[in-house]
Amino acid sequence: MKYLDEYRRPGPVQALLEKTRQALAGRKAVLMEVCGTHTVAIFRSGLRQVLPESVELLSGPGCPVCVTPNRYLDQAIAYGRLPGTIVTTFGDMFRVPGSSSSLEREKASGADIRTVYSPAESVELAAQNPDRHVVFLGVGFETTTPGVAACVLTARDRGLRNYSVLCGHKTVPQALRALASDPELRVGGLILPGHVSTVIGAEPYRFLVSEFHIPSVIVGFEPADIVQGVLMLARQIAEGAPRLEIQYRRSVQPQGNAKAVGFIERVFEPCDSVWRGIGNIPGSGLRIRSEFAEFDAEKRLDAEPEPEKSAAGCICGQVLRGVRKPSDCALFGSSCTPTAPVGACMVSSEGTCAAYYKYGRES
Amino acid sequence: MGEKAEQILLAHGSGGRLSHDLVGSSILKALPDPVLEKLTDSAELELDSRRIAFTTDSYTVRPLFFPGGDIGRLAVCGTVNDLAAMGAKPRFLSLALIIEEGLERAVLDRVVGSIAAAAREAGVRIVTGDTKVVEKGKGDGLFINTAGIGELGDGPGFSPERIAAGDKVLVNGTIGDHGAAVISERQALGIGGLASDCAPLWGLVKSVLDAGCKVKFMRDATRGGLATVLNEAAAGRSFGFTVSESAVPMREPVRAFCELLGFDPLYMANEGKMVLVAAPEDAERALAALRAHPLGRDAAVIGEAVPAPAGKVFLATAVRGRRILDMLVGDQFPRIC
Repeated sequence: MKYLDEYRRPGPVQALLEKTRQALAGRKAVLMEVCGTHTVAIFRSGLRQVLPESVELLSGPGCPVCVTPNRYLDQAIAYGRLPGTIVTTFGDMFRVPGSSSSLEREKASGADIRTVYSPAESVELAAQNPDRHVVFLGVGFETTTPGVAACVLTARDRGLRNYSVLCGHKTVPQALRALASDPELRVGGLILPGHVSTVIGAEPYRFLVSEFHIPSVIVGFEPADIVQGVLMLARQIAEGAPRLEIQYRRSVQPQGNAKAVGFIERVFEPCDSVWRGIGNIPGSGLRIRSEFAEFDAEKRLDAEPEPEKSAAGCICGQVLRGVRKPSDCALFGSSCTPTAPVGACMVSSEGTCAAYYKYGRES
Repeated sequence: MGEKAEQILLAHGSGGRLSHDLVGSSILKALPDPVLEKLTDSAELELDSRRIAFTTDSYTVRPLFFPGGDIGRLAVCGTVNDLAAMGAKPRFLSLALIIEEGLERAVLDRVVGSIAAAAREAGVRIVTGDTKVVEKGKGDGLFINTAGIGELGDGPGFSPERIAAGDKVLVNGTIGDHGAAVISERQALGIGGLASDCAPLWGLVKSVLDAGCKVKFMRDATRGGLATVLNEAAAGRSFGFTVSESAVPMREPVRAFCELLGFDPLYMANEGKMVLVAAPEDAERALAALRAHPLGRDAAVIGEAVPAPAGKVFLATAVRGRRILDMLVGDQFPRIC
C-alpha cells in the first residue's frame, strides 16, 4: 500500500537502527511514547526486540480511554439508565469498568448503548429518533475533538434538540507539563504524538525544551517513522542539546491545522480536568462553551452517578505517568486480564497494560 | 389463498395454509429435491460410507446481503466448510429458517435462491428443513441454522494432535475479505473493492487430498480469523506456531480498511479460507495443488510449527521483530484516533 509499505520495509528500518546504535554508542536512552497509538504500533511491529538494548521505552498518558476517570463512566452509565436515552460511544469505552458497572453490562441489562465508528453517526441517530435523546460520549485528545465539535455545529444547524455530548475531552500539552514537572519522572526524551500534532502543530510543546530541557520529537506511526524518531532523540541526547523536532513531516506542519483548531475553539473552552490515576491537571480539559449549553449532556440531563470507587491495588496511575511498568503491578496478568479487566489500561486497545498483555508476553 | 403476500406474517409460521404456501412456493420451488419434497418428519438417507461427519452452525449476519454473498450462501458454505475441514465429503444439509415477522417475501426468496445456488456449487443436497416466524423485533430479519452430514474416507483424520515441529502452515488465499466486506457494508463506510470470500471449500480440499499430500490438520478460519485458528490448534500442545507477517496473503482494499479502522487483519473473519498444516516434505506439493484450484490461486505457506514456545503463536514481523499473536478478547473495535 502506497505511503505505508515504504515505511515498513526492513532495509531502511535496519539502516536507521544501525545509525541509532552508533549515535547512542551504548549510552542509555529512556524514552517515553506519550501516545497510545505509538505504544501499540511499537508492539505490533515487534520494534522492541530490534531497538538497541540501551533504549528503554516507557508508555505515557496518551490513551484517551485510560485517562478517563471512573466518574465519567459512572455518569455515562447513569444517562444510559434514563428512560428514552440512547448512549453512543466509541467501541473502546464499551468494556471499561466504572465504579461498579460498565457500558457493556448496562447494555446487557437493557440500556440502549450503541458503539459508533464516527461521532457523526450519533447526529444521524438523533435525527432518526426524534422521540429519544442521544448522548454521545466525547472522549479523546485534539485528534478526535474537532470531529465532535463539527457534530455539535451540525446538530445546531439542523435544529436537533435531542442530541448532546458528555464532554470528557482532554488536551495533551498541559498533561505533558504536569508529567515533566513530576520529580519521579526519569525520562530522557519524548516521542510526541503525530496525529495530535497534526492538529495543534509543534509550538504548544515548546516549553518542554525551553523550560524542562527534554529532547522532544513529533513522530509518525510506521516502523521507519518510530525508529527515525528514536534516532533523532538519540542524537539530541548524545549531543546534550535538547530540541523540538518534527519527524512526521508528511503530516505535521509546525503551525498545525488552523481549521481543525478553529472547530475546537468554536465549541469548547479549556477547563481543569481529572485524569485517572493522575488527578486534576489545571487547564488540561475541555468543556462545552455556554453558547452551546443545549448540547452539553451535563446541562441537559439530570442523572446522579453512583459514588465513585476505584479498584484496590491497580497502579494504572503510575503506569500512565511512566513511573512504573504494567509488569510491576501485582494484578497484571493474574486478577487483571483483558477478559476480566480491573483498570482501563487493560481494556482499551491502546491501553498500556492491554498492549503489554496482548503483544509483550514472551513465553 | 395462494396469492403471494408481500411480507412474512406470523401466520406463515403457524402450520396452517400460509405455512404450506411458504414452503411450497418459496422453498421447495427453489430447492427441488426428491427427499425434501416428501415433507416427511425426517429425511430417509442412504450413505456410501460407514463413517460420517455431522455438524451444525447457526448464522446471523447484518446486513443480510453484502458484497460477495448473503446469509443464505453463508449458511451453506459455513457448514460445508466445517465438514470439509474434517476431510468429509458434504452430502446432506438441513435448513432451518427463523424469520422475523415483516420480512419482505422477496428478500426471503432471494436468500433461498442463493442457498440453492450455493448448494449446487458445493454438491450438497438440502433434504430436511423447518421454518419458524418470530414476532417483529424478536429477530434480526432472518436467522438460519444448517446441519450437515458428510462422508469420511479412510485415513487418520485431521487433528492438531498430529502436528509436529517443522510442519508447514498453509492458507488457500487472501485473509480478512469477509470481515472487511461485512463491516464496511454494515457501517456504510463506502470503501470500494471489498467482497466476501464466502465459498464452499470441499472441492479445494479434495484436490489437495487427491494429490496425495499428507495434510495433518485443517480448519476453516471463520470468526476470530487466522490467529484464532492457530491459537486453538496450539493450545495445550507440545508445539507452537511462527507466522511470517509478510507471507500472509492480503488484498490491498482489506489492508486499507484495516489500517483505516485500526483492525488487525489476522483476526478478521473469513468464509472461504482453509488453514492447512502439512508435513514439510509435502508442503510444496500441497501448495501446488491449492494454487491449481480456482479458490486457491493466492495460496501461500505462511509459517511453521515450532518446538518452543509450546502452545503459543508468534508473528515474525516485517521489520524482523517478533510478537505474540494471542487469542482475541471480545470484538475488535475501531480505534478512537
